[in-house]
Amino acid sequence: MQFSENWLRSLVGTDLDSQALSHALTMAGLEVEDMQPVAAPFTKVVVAKIVSVEKHPDADRLQVCSVDVGLAQPIQIVCGAANARAGLVAPCALVGAQLPGIDIKQAKVRGVESFGMMCSSKELGLTAEATGLLELDSLAPVGQDIRQYLDLDDHLLTLKLTPNRSDCLSLTGIARDVAAITGAATCLEEIKSVPNDTADRLNAVVAEQQACPRYCGRLITGVNAKVSTPAWLVKRLERSGLRSINVLVDVTNYVLLALGQPMHAFDSAKLSGDITVRFAQKNESLRLLNEQEVSLKSDDLVIADGSGPIALAGIMGGQSTSVDEASTAVFLESAYFTPTVIAGKARRLGLSTDSSYRFERGVDFANTRLALEYATQLIKQLCGGKAGEVTECLGVLPNRLPVKLRLSRLVSVLGIPFAEEKVAQLLTQLGFTYTLEQSVFTVVPPSYRFDISIEEDLIEEVARLHGYDHIPTQAPVATLSMLEAPEARAHQAVLRDRMVAAGYQELVNYSFVDEAWESDLLANPKPIKLKNPIASNLSVMRSSLWGGLLDSLVYNLNRKHDRAMLFELGASYHYATAQQTSFTETTRIAGLAYGSAKPEQWAAAADDVDFFEIKAHVDALLSDASALLPLSYEKAEHSALHPGQTARILQDGKPIGWLGKLHPKWQQHYNLTKSTFLFELDVDAILNRRIPAYQDVSKLLPVRRDLAVVVDASMPVSVMMAAIKKAAIPMLMDVALFDIYQGQGVAENKKSLALSVLMHDTQKTLTDSDADTVMANLLQLLQDECNATLRN
Amino acid sequence: MHLNKKTSLLKIPIYMTDLSHLIPQAQSDFAASANMNELEIAKAKYLGKIGLLTDALKGLGKLSNEERPAAGAAINVVKQAVEAALTSRREALLNAEQAKQLAQESIDVSLPARAQSTGGLHPVTLTLQRIEQLFHSIGFEVATGPEIETDFYNFTALNIPEDHPARAMHDTFYIDDANVLRTHTSPVQIRYMENALKTHKTPPLKIIAPGRVYRVDSDATHSPMFHQVEGLWVDEDISFANLKGVVQDFLQKFFERDDLTVRFRPSFFPFTEPSAEMDMSWNGGWLEIGGCGMVHPEVFKHVNIDSEKYRGFAFGLGVERLTMLRYGVNDLRHFFNNDLRFLSQFK
Repeated sequence: MQFSENWLRSLVGTDLDSQALSHALTMAGLEVEDMQPVAAPFTKVVVAKIVSVEKHPDADRLQVCSVDVGLAQPIQIVCGAANARAGLVAPCALVGAQLPGIDIKQAKVRGVESFGMMCSSKELGLTAEATGLLELDSLAPVGQDIRQYLDLDDHLLTLKLTPNRSDCLSLTGIARDVAAITGAATCLEEIKSVPNDTADRLNAVVAEQQACPRYCGRLITGVNAKVSTPAWLVKRLERSGLRSINVLVDVTNYVLLALGQPMHAFDSAKLSGDITVRFAQKNESLRLLNEQEVSLKSDDLVIADGSGPIALAGIMGGQSTSVDEASTAVFLESAYFTPTVIAGKARRLGLSTDSSYRFERGVDFANTRLALEYATQLIKQLCGGKAGEVTECLGVLPNRLPVKLRLSRLVSVLGIPFAEEKVAQLLTQLGFTYTLEQSVFTVVPPSYRFDISIEEDLIEEVARLHGYDHIPTQAPVATLSMLEAPEARAHQAVLRDRMVAAGYQELVNYSFVDEAWESDLLANPKPIKLKNPIASNLSVMRSSLWGGLLDSLVYNLNRKHDRAMLFELGASYHYATAQQTSFTETTRIAGLAYGSAKPEQWAAAADDVDFFEIKAHVDALLSDASALLPLSYEKAEHSALHPGQTARILQDGKPIGWLGKLHPKWQQHYNLTKSTFLFELDVDAILNRRIPAYQDVSKLLPVRRDLAVVVDASMPVSVMMAAIKKAAIPMLMDVALFDIYQGQGVAENKKSLALSVLMHDTQKTLTDSDADTVMANLLQLLQDECNATLRN
Repeated sequence: MHLNKKTSLLKIPIYMTDLSHLIPQAQSDFAASANMNELEIAKAKYLGKIGLLTDALKGLGKLSNEERPAAGAAINVVKQAVEAALTSRREALLNAEQAKQLAQESIDVSLPARAQSTGGLHPVTLTLQRIEQLFHSIGFEVATGPEIETDFYNFTALNIPEDHPARAMHDTFYIDDANVLRTHTSPVQIRYMENALKTHKTPPLKIIAPGRVYRVDSDATHSPMFHQVEGLWVDEDISFANLKGVVQDFLQKFFERDDLTVRFRPSFFPFTEPSAEMDMSWNGGWLEIGGCGMVHPEVFKHVNIDSEKYRGFAFGLGVERLTMLRYGVNDLRHFFNNDLRFLSQFK
């Protein structure tokens, strides 16, 4: 809400200067978002009249003017403005004047003495551009200081009002709050009823009394709408950010600004029949003042006449009945519409009007009639005309119920002591009526306060006027108890730290991504779509973190990086049900590695990362979880990954992630010259960990023997290892693979696996024959389960 | 003749002669040995199976019992001296060989180490971890909630009914009519309190809820996705002054500056009352860092907490804002561009 500081000051007598007033408003919850002077600072500029003009003897484009500046004699000024002419009234800077960027001195211009400067609006800092001198009203008082004449010692204040303070959407309301904040008195104009000059009236029927508890209207006939709006009114409108349109509309806008009551003026010649306030009927439409044609819905409240809807109640009038300069009779409307009826309707049409903005927040229903009287008075004063009878339909207005404020509650919520007298004083400053009994105030909120219905509302009012600044900072006093620290559950930070230790840089990508990533890269035909995405390439929720990682890789490769190890920890989003009505979010940790495994250096070869390098990083993330539940990698297929280098990661048989090489087609798609490896894991599954439980350390040393077996080349080693683990051969402690060989000496389609076998007995030293037995059992197992043969 | 005489001299058994001249001779032979092999050959000449000293000792048996001890002692003196010379030379040769090998093994210790790439955390993570750590130190637990939130939790339960003008303050991303991308972390308050009730946990309740939030807004100073931390403390005797105290304490510890002060300005959030904007003193001015207030009785009503018995405060802090101030970052957009030249500065 923007307004003129001087207008406000004309309504409330505060001695605070502009800065202090602005600060006081902000600290009381009416945040001053912006404060700008109306004009740049300048001095000694007066209203002046050019008496006569002569050509400059030595310059074609200059004129020598004789200018009346209110002194005994006219002064001589050389002027280059094209519109300088005898009779023109314009601002004149006298010798000694200080303008933005120029000091005015007595000077010779091409040999002719000049005693000042005629000014344009640009030279006075009123506008950014100007052509010629600022032309003033021909009756402007010559000699008067221009700042005074144009009321330039003023500021434009912009308030950023919170939605609860609709009472401050008018100058009267702001003045009232300034009075409450500062204790100053308001000097509001008293509005008197305007007696009717004629018995003309228009019938109004309110069919929806709950939606429109109060409707006032009045015909004014014989008006002259061709008169121009007086300068003082235009100035107030303009300084509030409104353009002058025509005198009738200007008056309604002025009343809106002054009192906060939205009004509408219909051209009564364009009306047919009675006025009805009702909800729109089926298939009705309306062309609004802004030329927008709207199809009305059954919950749109309208003003209708015999021909149908003529205005969208509380939002905007219709085109067909609008007033213009040719109008000679108007029907003025001033109504109270229930906030919930208006709320959201303008937004539905992509509109926000000064009227809807106020009605949806709450307009003072005690002002409906007064505003109509005020507008009538102004129209009669400016345009003449005869006022008809007031039509008023009155239903049940909102009831302002008394609200109790307990001093004890006030003190305990705010945490500071308060005296009864102080609270009483602040309530009085607010203009609230109350009774006080045993330290309980019973307050009846005024009609304009839509935000006072519970005790907390009053506590906030008291706190606000007392000043939040005067509430001390106080450490809470509380009972201490320690927080739980479950050891069997790792913190996500552990995963992050492991990634960082392995050389990965953390990223944060948007949760919404390009739909193509989902449909193509991830083969997700039904990603979760946003109804109103910010951009078409950010239109669906990600189901995997890979898209963002790849995008960031490309971004950085384009900036001369040649390798990257990236990770992100964040949510992926999925439909929970086939009906697509509920959602699940899974926190994932995902990584990407591209280019050489190590940074380029003298001490290591620039080998590119491979599957097993990245698998080690995944294993590091899984190290806690793997001590608790069996983990396995199984060969699988994924739309984003190379079909021969893809592993699905399983925890106790349940899929928890993926690891693999980016499919060559995607590598080509992203213009990647080297292989890219990707992994992604469900975070929740891998944070559980084992609480260490001590086991006896054997004093007996284990025995190691090696075994080489030949198996089918296609057989996954993990299958063999799982079989060994499952068999639990007595005294067998550990089997590890230390070499794989294929080639000469091993049949085609076969591979030779070299295993180290550790054996021990916790009770006694293992004998050779014990070891022989274990080895024989192991070999037998491998023959049976894995079709293995002992390698010769 | 001459030759014969010489021959006859040599025939004198060696053990009968004075052998002390062998000491310098051996010393000289040993010194002339350039390596262990040569030294072994030289050693054999004196101490080998047919070495001069070995021969002499073998000859002792031919002497009478009277002569033998003195002759033996004399030979042993020489033998010990030769052995000492041998040991000394052997050590010298070993030392020299070792020195040579050490010299060969010498490296330029100033060369850079074999480098692994070094990873790093995102600056927003650094800030979130610090916030968590600071609030944890006074007993706040971390709570989380979904980012795709129902209209009910994001708005209605927070006392923002449909068509309330406050909804216009949130430029909301919609999934469908009933679901939105949460516009703030405040719904976690509701979910946490609801759950506390279900699990019979009673106040004091102290949580922070960090996470991603979303608004339809994108320009130099607004990102459609950003991070917030919500804080909530519900207890029997919690006041507005306490809220100010906790926030100020946090800011002083977060920025490690005792002189930071917090200023509250009256504001409006439907889920708190009184409500305030929080400003922080910074370089002589005030910077807005979030919103806060006392939990609104309507909110307590939604989660069945008796607002006569309990009071609470809640606050929401902008994580990117805090990060920018902490590390001097001047452009919000850096956080989500993921440029490694930016991110690597936070290692």
